[in-house]
Amino acid sequence: MEPKTKIRWSEYNKKIADDKFFYLRSCIRQNFNPGAEKVFLSILQNNLRKEVYDDPHHTTCSGIGYHSDIVPFETFQTMVARQFSLMTERGYKNCAVSCITSFGGYNEVLSTWKEFPEELEKTRENLLKATGRTFEIPENLSHACDIIYHFRKEIAAQARYRLINKETGEPLKIVDHIGCHYAKIFPEKGVGGSEYSRVLTGMIEAWGGEAVDYPERRHCCGFGFRHYLIKNNRSYSISNSRKKFESMQPYHPDMILTNCPGCNMFLDRWQYALAQIEGKVYGGKNGIPVLSHEELAGLVLGYDPWKDIGLQMHQIDVEPFLNKIGVEYHPKQKFTGVKGQYINEPAFTGCLARKD
Amino acid sequence: MYSDLNQRLKADVRLEEGLQACMNCGICTAICPAAEFYEYDPRSIAITVQSGNEEKIAALLEGDTIWYCGQCMSCKTRCPRNNCPGLIISVLRKLSQETGAFIKSRMGRQQYLIVKTIGANILRFGYCVHPNSLVPATHPEQGPVWRWIYENMHEVYAAVDANLDGDGPGAMRKISPTDLDELHQIFEVSGGLKLYQTIEYFSQLKAVEMGLTDTNGKADMEKYTQYLLNE
Repeated sequence: MEPKTKIRWSEYNKKIADDKFFYLRSCIRQNFNPGAEKVFLSILQNNLRKEVYDDPHHTTCSGIGYHSDIVPFETFQTMVARQFSLMTERGYKNCAVSCITSFGGYNEVLSTWKEFPEELEKTRENLLKATGRTFEIPENLSHACDIIYHFRKEIAAQARYRLINKETGEPLKIVDHIGCHYAKIFPEKGVGGSEYSRVLTGMIEAWGGEAVDYPERRHCCGFGFRHYLIKNNRSYSISNSRKKFESMQPYHPDMILTNCPGCNMFLDRWQYALAQIEGKVYGGKNGIPVLSHEELAGLVLGYDPWKDIGLQMHQIDVEPFLNKIGVEYHPKQKFTGVKGQYINEPAFTGCLARKD
Repeated sequence: MYSDLNQRLKADVRLEEGLQACMNCGICTAICPAAEFYEYDPRSIAITVQSGNEEKIAALLEGDTIWYCGQCMSCKTRCPRNNCPGLIISVLRKLSQETGAFIKSRMGRQQYLIVKTIGANILRFGYCVHPNSLVPATHPEQGPVWRWIYENMHEVYAAVDANLDGDGPGAMRKISPTDLDELHQIFEVSGGLKLYQTIEYFSQLKAVEMGLTDTNGKADMEKYTQYLLNE
């Protein structure tokens, strides 16, 4: 994909810090894919020898509440300021953000403070009054995918596996889906902007795969905040994801790569739901595997798919993708507990129950 | 019924960021996912707010339309003048809730459900989402794997070194009482709690108006919740 878009995406190259990160977790990623955050920290600390601090005192940024309109902007700004206060307290200046909603929200708040200094002053007063805290504005704010992208070549140099079909020697075809709030609000804050995003395709190509464009690549996954949160409105969410699956299916992708915790979960779960509703499966026998940037980086570096990355928490089986690359894994360890004991297993995985 | 709607909208800095001389080109509507699935036209909303017509703005605050936006912000990227109808929507929704106009529309009334779920999670757990609140019966779309996670919660999270409800750092760690207290204080000082209470207050009025009351004639919010879930 690079030659066609190189001139356009290269206009959007943001600064990404090299080291000393203050980590800000994601509500959704912790819930649905906690192994992704674990492997991200491990890659930074153990593979790249970077310093990253995981502070137990940080909380939700309240971004889902903000975009579903129950949390006022003034409160959201103060919640963000508290995260920055914790960063300041620990002596860090670079934020590494796990969540795309948070990332977009932090950028919105920082932009507001720049455009309207009185909002910054009001936030400082609110935080001081509420908690006695003060804060510094971060020098660098990067999403976790920015950081993986920044070090994609170092990761490639250490990779145990490449994104190549071990049987045919052909690059695996991978489609990406960029979370809307990564760059649609502030294109200059995303690698490649929002129209020609490079942050995930750069990883795919660095690790040997083929990044495949598709017409609805930029379309929203359909989270829609209040539309998913309220059961009556979920048809909006599934309809948007369906539009994406229909658009990518003709390209026969081996995998969908995401950078947003919510998108990662929705594109996984809605494939199951659509199969149950319409009987349609969009890839292979049981769906197209969906992985996030941390999960994919972990796989190519040789981390264990179950114990290290937690890929058993996906509805769509990842095994077809692992088999294509040649990842070594133990099928029987997929549904085991802390001590390796079998702990029961889902009624079925993938899109449709197997007919034995 | 309402007063100074224009002035109140303009008092929000986000309107200044989101709306500057819309030329009515309609690219926001062309690209909008909500416009594809709902009777929703962000272009006309931008024009209405820009016109300053108080009667039409009041109609927006009371209607379903402003609640159709999915907040993806695709409109922001594509607007040739860098306007952001999604941000205009945020300002309108805030005013709709502050004035109580939201209870006049089916979509607006749903805000009560969000306060009771996401709003409660934020104050109780320090997270917008917590595994305990993702009950498989109300989330059938989450599928068999989520049910397996839910039913074996502590073992599954521990197997990937998550720290579910535990002390110290890690995924889904327990947010300490001290940190939760700071969060509560932030909501108190900055108007977060007041907005929750405003949404609850107007929702109670609506419940009474609809006859969803207890034996003492007071709002029965459990009945109201069930009504909203099936509305």
